[in-house]
Amino acid sequence: MKERPLDFGALFGSFDNFMSYTAGGLVFGAIYALIALGYTMVYGVLQLINFAHSEVFMYGTFAVAWTFVFLHGTGRVNQSLGEALPVLLAALVAAMIVSAAIALLLERLAYRPLIKKGAPKLIALISAIGASFALAEAMGLRDRFASWVGLDDNLKNYVVPGKARDVYSNPVSIQPKGLFDIGGYSVTDVDLVVLFAALAMMVALDQFVRRTRFGRAIRATAQDPESAALMGVNSTRVVQLTFLIGGLMAGAAATLYMMKIGSTRQNAGFILGVKAFTAAVMGGIGNLRGALLGGLVLGVMENWGSAVFGSEWKDVVAFVLLVLILLVRPSGLLGESLGKARA
Amino acid sequence: MAKDSSETKVKKDRRGFGEKYAAAPTPVKVVAVTLLLVLVYALPLLRPPILTTNSIDFGTVMFRVIAFALVALGLNIVIGYAGLLDLGYVGFYAIGAYTTAVLTVYHYSWPFFLALPAAIVVTMISGVLLGAPTLRVRGDYLAIVTLGFGEIIRITVQNVEWVGASAGIKDIPHPTGIGAKPNPPFDQGGLFQVPRLQWDGFVPIVDLEHKTSFLAFGSRDAVPYYWLILTFLLLILIGDRMIKASRVGRAWEATREDEDAAELMGVPTFKYKLMAFALGAAIGGMSGSFYASSQAGYINPQSFPLLLSMLFVATVVVGGSGNRWGAIAGGALVAYLPERFRDFADYRLLAFGLALTVLAVWRPEGLFPPRRTRRAKAAEAEIDALEEGTENEEVTHA
Amino acid sequence: MPDTTPDTTPDTTLGAKKGRTVLRLTNATLRFGGLTALNDVSFEINEGEIFGLIGPNGAGKTTCFNAMTGVYALTSGTIEFEGNDLAGRKRHKITKLGMARTFQNIRLFKSMTALENVMVGADVHSKVSFFEALFRLPRHRTTEAEALERARELLNLVGIEGRHDELAANLSYGDQRRLEIARAMATKPTLLCLDEPAAGFNPAEKQRLMDLIRKLRDRGVTVLLIEHDMRLVMGVTDRIVVLEFGRKIAEGTPAEIRDNPAVIAAYLGVEEEDAS
Repeated sequence: MKERPLDFGALFGSFDNFMSYTAGGLVFGAIYALIALGYTMVYGVLQLINFAHSEVFMYGTFAVAWTFVFLHGTGRVNQSLGEALPVLLAALVAAMIVSAAIALLLERLAYRPLIKKGAPKLIALISAIGASFALAEAMGLRDRFASWVGLDDNLKNYVVPGKARDVYSNPVSIQPKGLFDIGGYSVTDVDLVVLFAALAMMVALDQFVRRTRFGRAIRATAQDPESAALMGVNSTRVVQLTFLIGGLMAGAAATLYMMKIGSTRQNAGFILGVKAFTAAVMGGIGNLRGALLGGLVLGVMENWGSAVFGSEWKDVVAFVLLVLILLVRPSGLLGESLGKARA
Repeated sequence: MAKDSSETKVKKDRRGFGEKYAAAPTPVKVVAVTLLLVLVYALPLLRPPILTTNSIDFGTVMFRVIAFALVALGLNIVIGYAGLLDLGYVGFYAIGAYTTAVLTVYHYSWPFFLALPAAIVVTMISGVLLGAPTLRVRGDYLAIVTLGFGEIIRITVQNVEWVGASAGIKDIPHPTGIGAKPNPPFDQGGLFQVPRLQWDGFVPIVDLEHKTSFLAFGSRDAVPYYWLILTFLLLILIGDRMIKASRVGRAWEATREDEDAAELMGVPTFKYKLMAFALGAAIGGMSGSFYASSQAGYINPQSFPLLLSMLFVATVVVGGSGNRWGAIAGGALVAYLPERFRDFADYRLLAFGLALTVLAVWRPEGLFPPRRTRRAKAAEAEIDALEEGTENEEVTHA
Repeated sequence: MPDTTPDTTPDTTLGAKKGRTVLRLTNATLRFGGLTALNDVSFEINEGEIFGLIGPNGAGKTTCFNAMTGVYALTSGTIEFEGNDLAGRKRHKITKLGMARTFQNIRLFKSMTALENVMVGADVHSKVSFFEALFRLPRHRTTEAEALERARELLNLVGIEGRHDELAANLSYGDQRRLEIARAMATKPTLLCLDEPAAGFNPAEKQRLMDLIRKLRDRGVTVLLIEHDMRLVMGVTDRIVVLEFGRKIAEGTPAEIRDNPAVIAAYLGVEEEDAS
């Protein structure tokens, strides 16, 4: 399928097709939105593109798969969502912990020294790019590290000696069950869980930032770090908290992603990270509700685009969309600023 | 930064290489520069021990080193001078390479030296097309937009049959050489032949079996390509120096420092940003064009991963953003080190990533930061010389 | 965009020595959302005068400045500079027309030298193209030499001798303020706008600044001065406009302004607020 004419029929030919592309896009968009939160929070507080956030997500996906391997072994099984649920919850906790730990580690090692020095943004971005490389590569070389300490045999189900760079699958593949149809698209339980979990987490975070003491500190720092510091807000704490929240959300996104896709890879974070950042910018960076809207819009639009242009052009559609939005509305769909976010 | 009190002392003690060089009398300068140039040109033939790579042809490595240095020089204009973070530079590199491939073999059969300027023009136009809408958006968004651009180019060449799709383009002709054609393999061609050195430990032996044909571009020897691209690098280097020490360079720097203030001082900042972007693109395209028609004569979409963009940015930043020699050194290091230490090939990306972070945290200004005061002084000396020239002209006029 | 409106109604009747009108604000109004920063302000600045724009904090002085230099677009009214309506003009084009400014919070190009900072200003009128610079053609050489000479002369004029090659960031506070004036002067302005140039100066420095401003005027530059320091304003300006809450409340010579009850009230009111 190299060169094909534009196929508007595939998208608009029938209401069923249209709905199924839209629904599929919404589910993916919800995952984008959760990852986008990590970018948007850090950008809102530090005006910094947290380039390594994609790796935070990627480690989360591995945490999910490892949890399943640990509790189930490597034998491949099919399970319904209900059967997998207990392990899935354990995996969620593991992924959130792992992702949050990676995010905090990043903040401590790659960002904080630079923030303290007041280094230019460009340098912080370079540091982040370096950290992103190192993290992705470390995952791809995990078999070597294990063999250094002589654990490659014990851990072979986790590190897959010689194949650490290949696709790593969740041994339990979750079989979605169609619940009801919308215009020919069978909405599954997995779809609903992904959508509702993402929505619930967004709402919870939004409330957290709006209503709690910590949220107020975050908003104050985002608006005016110096005044906030003068008023007794511990800016290092705020930054840590921001990374922590971003990490937790990425861990949740990783779990939903593994539910839906079922496999991951050492370089799985990169393209998803770029898309999530796109979603954050589209919604208005620094704006939490914008991240949700941006994620959903991006997911749907790129699905529509791939129907019309062919699936190989899906990523191109996403990037072109980003450029167009920046041209028409540089501050995103809902406008920027975490500080002003829903005051 | 030196404070007023220590000003005079610091000047005496910390004379950099450049200042010592500037102070030397002219004949010494000429001799020094000539010697250095000869040495640089002869490097792949001298094959000095320790430096020389064992597992892969040293000439090929040196070609790659210079190709990276050329890219670094171009990207330094964008990132170092104008302060625009371009994460999709590989896109321009690919456009240059593909333009050359399409023009020389895939659809047309132009000679390389006609395709090269065409590739430069095409990449420059693509730079303007990408820059015109995006340079108006805020600085850090540019990073993501350009990142997307790099991916779009890669996906496009991957999926469009007209440029070979995933199979790529092969049999890209080499630049036209001088003398007999290098094929069949027994006829080396070229104007004359240069032997190379071989080292037995630290004892040099002239190797009469492997000779390099001067200005014959074949698939057997990378050294002529090295000479060609090195010549272009030197030309760009001179041009870079001229532009930097002119109103254009000042406008770039002012824009990078404070865009609003620059605008209010009468600098059309958008125009200059676009100029930097297009120039950088053109140099990237030039480098890509050389890459396409180099020894292997083969390109495919996998030759242009986004990773390469990150490596390019790293070259500039590692060297010290804004310093042309630093950028060249950065380009050389990033291209050379992995080839020299191939035994650790599996770990090189990991090491690279760690090095980038450690460097950023430990030395945010890069390994070779620009010594702006020194440079400004050199520029002033140069202008003084010019001024004397014009005064003389006026005198003769009168 | 009305480009050329040559009907520069000559106001030669106003002052015997004063020339034509350089800048004219007509009913200038600027609103940000609900806030009216400038409310129906009109005044003229004539060639060759030192014109003061004063008012309590938040009176709209800097806003007025920013509107003049193209940072903000007026909600209604017009600003004419040498007969050109400035509406919709790009900021760098306004500078090229002959209006230059300094900044209240110093905004130099910090990692460039003092000399380079001034040369950026001097480049405004340079016609040197990219290729002329690349190949070092004659026009580049002459323009560059002129710019350099001008830059050096200006640096000496404002009092930064011997520190031409110092990075702007390394200059003392006073030198940085003076460098801003030199940089603005390098653009060969007809109207030089100084935004609180004496902020943070001691009395001796203020005195020198007053001398410098007069020197600049004697070189044929019209000066618009925004300043808090009353002694400085009264001592150096020819004419003053007073703003309060975005409205013009008085206009006249320093002596007239000093005795104007509205001005006294405005300042006293503010003084009380400041004290509390």
